[in-house]
Amino acid sequence: MITQALFRALDRKAIWIVAILLAVAILVPMSNLLLPDGHPLRLPNYAVPLFGKYLTFAMLALALDLVWGYCGILSLGHGAFFAIGGYAMGMYLMRQIGTRGVYANPILPDFMVFLNWKELPWYWMGMDNFWFAMLMVVVVPGLLAFVFGFLAFRSRVTGVYLSIITQAMTYALLLAFFRNDMGFGGNNGLTDFKDILGQPVQAGSTRAALFAASAIALALAVLACSMIVNSKLGKVMVAVRDAESRTRFLGYRVEYVKLFAFVVSAIIAGIAGALYVPQVGIINPSEFDPANSIEVVIWTAVGGRGTIIGPIIGGILVNVGKSYFTGAFPEYWLFALGALFVVTTLFLPKGIVGLIGQYRAATTKREQHDRGAPTPQQVEAGTDPQPKPAE
Amino acid sequence: MNAITLLRTIALLLALTLGFAAPALAQIADAELSPLVDALAPGNFKDREAAIGILAATGDPRVVPVLEILLEGELYVDEASGKVVFTAASGGKGTISDPVTGAELQSLTEDGLDKVKVNNGLRRVLRTAIGQMTLLSEDPDTRLFAAQSILRDADPAQLELLDSAISAETDANIQRVMQQARAAIILKTPDAAIEDWQAAIPVVQAIGGRDALNTLTTALNTAPDTVKPLIQTAIDGLARDRAVWDVAQNIWFGISLGSVLLLAAIGLAITFGVMGVINMAHGEMVMLGAYTTFVVQEIIRQNFPGLFDWSLAIALPLAFLVTGLIGIAIERGIIRFLYGRPLETLLATWGISLIIQQAVQRIFSANIREVGNPTWMSGSFELGGLAITWNRFYIVIFAMLVFVALLLVLKYTAIGLHMRAVTQNRRMASAMGIRTPLVDALTFGLGSGIAGLAGVALSQIGNVSPNLGQGYIIDSFMVVVFGGVGNLWGTLVGALTLGIANKFIEPYAGAVLGKIIILVLIILFIQRRPRGLFAPKGRSIEA
Repeated sequence: MITQALFRALDRKAIWIVAILLAVAILVPMSNLLLPDGHPLRLPNYAVPLFGKYLTFAMLALALDLVWGYCGILSLGHGAFFAIGGYAMGMYLMRQIGTRGVYANPILPDFMVFLNWKELPWYWMGMDNFWFAMLMVVVVPGLLAFVFGFLAFRSRVTGVYLSIITQAMTYALLLAFFRNDMGFGGNNGLTDFKDILGQPVQAGSTRAALFAASAIALALAVLACSMIVNSKLGKVMVAVRDAESRTRFLGYRVEYVKLFAFVVSAIIAGIAGALYVPQVGIINPSEFDPANSIEVVIWTAVGGRGTIIGPIIGGILVNVGKSYFTGAFPEYWLFALGALFVVTTLFLPKGIVGLIGQYRAATTKREQHDRGAPTPQQVEAGTDPQPKPAE
Repeated sequence: MNAITLLRTIALLLALTLGFAAPALAQIADAELSPLVDALAPGNFKDREAAIGILAATGDPRVVPVLEILLEGELYVDEASGKVVFTAASGGKGTISDPVTGAELQSLTEDGLDKVKVNNGLRRVLRTAIGQMTLLSEDPDTRLFAAQSILRDADPAQLELLDSAISAETDANIQRVMQQARAAIILKTPDAAIEDWQAAIPVVQAIGGRDALNTLTTALNTAPDTVKPLIQTAIDGLARDRAVWDVAQNIWFGISLGSVLLLAAIGLAITFGVMGVINMAHGEMVMLGAYTTFVVQEIIRQNFPGLFDWSLAIALPLAFLVTGLIGIAIERGIIRFLYGRPLETLLATWGISLIIQQAVQRIFSANIREVGNPTWMSGSFELGGLAITWNRFYIVIFAMLVFVALLLVLKYTAIGLHMRAVTQNRRMASAMGIRTPLVDALTFGLGSGIAGLAGVALSQIGNVSPNLGQGYIIDSFMVVVFGGVGNLWGTLVGALTLGIANKFIEPYAGAVLGKIIILVLIILFIQRRPRGLFAPKGRSIEA
């Protein structure tokens, strides 16, 4: 059955995305590590973690797309799951510093010594084990999403209300993680990482490996999402998005469908966060900022929600643009971002992917027109049914 | 030298007795007073003590400032002539002036001056002398002030002086303060008679407040055992009073915060109720309102300084107009194209908020701007055990006025009727001939305008910066979610509940944790009432 699902998931588009991602996972590290300095095709050292960061952002956008694009749940708190995954990874990396910290305490991270803590809090236990930490990367965001989603969906909090509540969730976490006595480094967060799995974090080979891991993780996420949306469950998700009450009347347990999508999405976001942290070298509470989570929404929207490829394109494109803008005209970035929100919602409701689809539909239509009158089925296939907005 | 000291001491004693016998001696001539003041400078501390006594004995009101300046250690003497003088530092009128006549002494320079030194023993003598002169002064205000300062310091050395002042006092009010001061002093003298203790404790308790509590608590350690239970009862009584006032204070702070939330949230609630959209740029409208106030004040400051107290009255309608028009522009320009897509509207308005923030930052810089309080809004007043600042007080009043005005608009005007109709059933309202696009635009304008009014109010209790609105926006959302939409009373109850709950949790959990607890409680509350406290009933919601 799984092979069957896998087979169905691997429609032509998904195969292409996965193949490209795997190629990137191999080629980028090779170009950076094997080619000599000065070679025109060699990727400079700084670019590898930068591109790796874009890939984790793309993965976060994909996670949001699964709930928003396919299930109609606009979460304004997905940055929280990303950050929690990041913190879990950060805790592992902190424990790997050992005696190389400023205070040279073999067990306690520097900030705990600084706060005069005598022993490790219970939730830091076991985080020195890589596999346990990775388990937490998946479990903690998943569990938070499960509890939150269970409460919210069961009482039928929908639409704008749900968006606001998710925003409140990430805001509460932002405030909580700013507190020093939470035990997560307060304002400064976790940083000064040294090793990951015994390899120095800063080394070129480690960065290349992290990049490859990000690309592969994104490929796996694409596979998983593609599998889900192409399954029967995926169709029900779309039904929930388009007509929630009707789906409920048909006998589906809408809240469980939503809960499933929300939890899977949170887990993907958590993994993305865990891959993000070693590549940028820091995790701090600002990742919980509600503004960050809303920015993720625009990545997805720009690329095209309700598609697998859209959020990946959007996540990478917007962030490349952001890197360029904040470097070249820092004072205009917020204008550009704000305009992006307005323009996308007004003129590109289906994003870049939708634009391409429209263009293609227009050309086929013209060709058909040239050849003769189109059959109704052809028109149907050419223009995607407008995804009705979630309400 | 010794002989002189002895003589002066005798003179002092004589003078003191005389002073008590005849509290207010007539003002003496300048020529007589000046040598007495000059006598403060020469000799050692003992000589100075005697000179102070003689000066005090004159009872001349001009002596008091001299002694006060000396107490501060800012009295100077000209080395050549031996004349005691005031300098600019000691509050004289010119640079160097005569302490008695106040005339400027232009012949003297600061280089030739030497400080008249004081030590702790002398300071005590000075305080007593000043206390004596002021307590027995002819001016009731001076006496009251002196009694209050003794009550504050409760220096046992001044007990005798105080006793004589009490017996001489004719004004009942001043006498009461003096009695309280006396009681406070008694509580500091462990060897006082038991009857005195018993009489003093209720007097101190009657003063009330934190100071009385402190005095009693300190006294508890030194008091004779027999009166200890009495003190304990008094302390308990005071603590109970304090607890009651603390609760009252918390409620007041809560109402104050709640009224700010009400102002910020009520516009949001109307737009959400009528149009079903959340305006993420609402916080920026608040911010624009605050900046309007800032600009109005700047213009007034530069051109019409006399109008400063009217700046708010000018800023209020202006802020309403500015933000209201911007709101209508946003609705006509962007939001109406997103009709029926509330989540997209949320994103578009978020984009607008980013643009507005950045634009304001470009125009006014990212620095914090300070908006002044008009005189009638600064300061505070006491209400029982509560200290209430005027600006908070007026904001509460203002919030209630806005609320009532809005209520009346919704209830008694045509546009209000249309707004309520559209809230209940948009398509039916449209079918009945209501122009829903116009209602949408006006609603959005009204909501934004009220946000502008909120900005004027907020500029009075904090600084103005481009991200002013961000600080309030999530709390405002919580108010709307908690109170429900389509009913202004829901917003009122929601805002006040959140405000008061916040202030009650804060002392136990701290400000940050308190906020987190509130957010978690709201998320849990949504479980019971997914549509808020005052949810509209009927089928219209699911339509």
